[in-house]
Amino acid sequence: MNMIVCVKQVPDPEAPPASFKIDSAANKVIPPQGVAPVVSPFDENAVEAALKIKDKDKSSKITVLSLGNKLVRDVIKKPVSMGSDELILLEDEAFEEGDSWSTAYALAMAIKKIGTYDIIFCGRQAADWDAGQTGIGIAELLGIPAITLAKGVEVADGKVKVERVLADGYEVVEAPLPCLITVSNELGEPRYATMKGIMAAAKKQPTIWKPQDIGVDAAELGAKGRHTKLVKLFQPVREGKCEVIEGETPAEAGAGLAMKLREAKLI
Amino acid sequence: MADYKGVLVVGEVVDGKLAAITSELLGAGRGLADALGETLIAVLIGSNVKGYAQEGVAYGADKVYVVEDPLLEQYQGDSYLAVVEKLVNEVTPSIVLMGQTSIGRDLAPRLAFRLKSAASMDCVALGIDPDSKLLLGTRAVYGGNAQAIFAMESKPQIATVRAKAMEPLGKDDSRKGEVITLESGLDASQIRTRYLETVKEEIAGIKLEDAAIVVGGGRGIGGPDGFKELQKLATLLKGAVGATRPPCDNKWVNDTLQIGLTGKIVTPDVYIAVALSGSSQHLSGCSGSKNIIAINKDPEANIFKVARFGVVGDWKQAVPAFTEKVKELLAG
Repeated sequence: MNMIVCVKQVPDPEAPPASFKIDSAANKVIPPQGVAPVVSPFDENAVEAALKIKDKDKSSKITVLSLGNKLVRDVIKKPVSMGSDELILLEDEAFEEGDSWSTAYALAMAIKKIGTYDIIFCGRQAADWDAGQTGIGIAELLGIPAITLAKGVEVADGKVKVERVLADGYEVVEAPLPCLITVSNELGEPRYATMKGIMAAAKKQPTIWKPQDIGVDAAELGAKGRHTKLVKLFQPVREGKCEVIEGETPAEAGAGLAMKLREAKLI
Repeated sequence: MADYKGVLVVGEVVDGKLAAITSELLGAGRGLADALGETLIAVLIGSNVKGYAQEGVAYGADKVYVVEDPLLEQYQGDSYLAVVEKLVNEVTPSIVLMGQTSIGRDLAPRLAFRLKSAASMDCVALGIDPDSKLLLGTRAVYGGNAQAIFAMESKPQIATVRAKAMEPLGKDDSRKGEVITLESGLDASQIRTRYLETVKEEIAGIKLEDAAIVVGGGRGIGGPDGFKELQKLATLLKGAVGATRPPCDNKWVNDTLQIGLTGKIVTPDVYIAVALSGSSQHLSGCSGSKNIIAINKDPEANIFKVARFGVVGDWKQAVPAFTEKVKELLAG
């Protein structure tokens, strides 16, 4: 299997909410001090989905594709340390500040340049803008079928069988190859890097592509290629007016809480 | 360039009923259509959906299109996209609304890219800019740490809407509207994927989304046994148990119990949050609850910022005593 996994570098979503700040005048997120960025967690699930296929078919090749500017090498190489083979970075300031449209467009053009592939994996949505459109957009731009929200992927007889997450279970859908699959966390925890993988990642020189390398005019990329306009970015105000029920012991406080809820007619 | 006018709601029929999200979309769509002085149109797609068209009118639609075809019995991206694309090209609405459901999440981006337009996903508020008359969609970003208002500068403007974020209109069976049946024009060869089966993982008891009281557990519950304790409390209160993502990822509970940005959205009267810190991702799924009650040993936990009442302490001691007292009060 020839697989491509698209991954995005994002601010660590597990950082404490209190460290999250925005510059409302510029409509931008201020990167938290001292918190390293990470590969978007659902994208790591996508890497895991590809690796599971490679576990069974050792001749498989996994190419990781990312887009951005000044990407942190130790971060973006993580999929290689997990066991992926190649790393291609679309790295240029022209790629910055894009939306789902301009990002999917650049990735689709890069994938056309890569040429041959059986499956493209993406995370179901990125941990920064949470839109969940880029994967489907790539498939639509390439004219290949797409299945979203995968929790299980199996390849057999030149087809792929996908378990797709639903609100109350899942459905099983089959697609011909090549196709694109977006992956959800229900697929299971991504594996840790191996020592061999970490050494391979350290040696790996990523291939860098600029807009002209994928035959795209910079005017169609990043901020200039957007179809959506960010009007306003703001933080919801959470008022802290919690009445804490005291007690000598947690058990006493627990019983007191029940009384309080009864008094407030909540139970 | 077509003259884009009207608000189109892509409806869903679930378990033999017009889905709750569809009546919510019709309520929101009615407001937008009235603000623009345009019509509200709905479309129902499936193998047997015509019977629900009148209900669409009762919830506010001026016109309901019905597209029936055996090929549409199950949602498939290719077939539904073909139908909606054809309809949009015929009706040329300025706005297309869908639910942030397993259908809308998949279909809205497909439609946006197919039409070279744009979509705003998972909106919690919709409005019309008074000057540009463009749709403004407010949505959670950065896992709910921030909210963003987006405008789309291409037509049609597509948006999906979060469950329970919008108010439906009261159902008015005397409302008049037009029901129009359209041919799907589908050919099986257009559908590249093949649906095989659905596996339901429903949990016994009251549905999480419908429960008036929800007991939610987080990473601090520590394992499947702890959730049995929460279930005892939920059963006593005739409520349901939910969870944050870590208990689901660790298989302590079924994935379908996940509450949050990528899980279920719950808005119960009482949400009892036990041993969960209150990450923004989780709050995205429960912050619409009328009363949040927090039990957590960390007094700095984010959940106390949204809670009305709380206990600071080990849940292993607090919850059994709470449950015992509740039992006593309910009996008394």
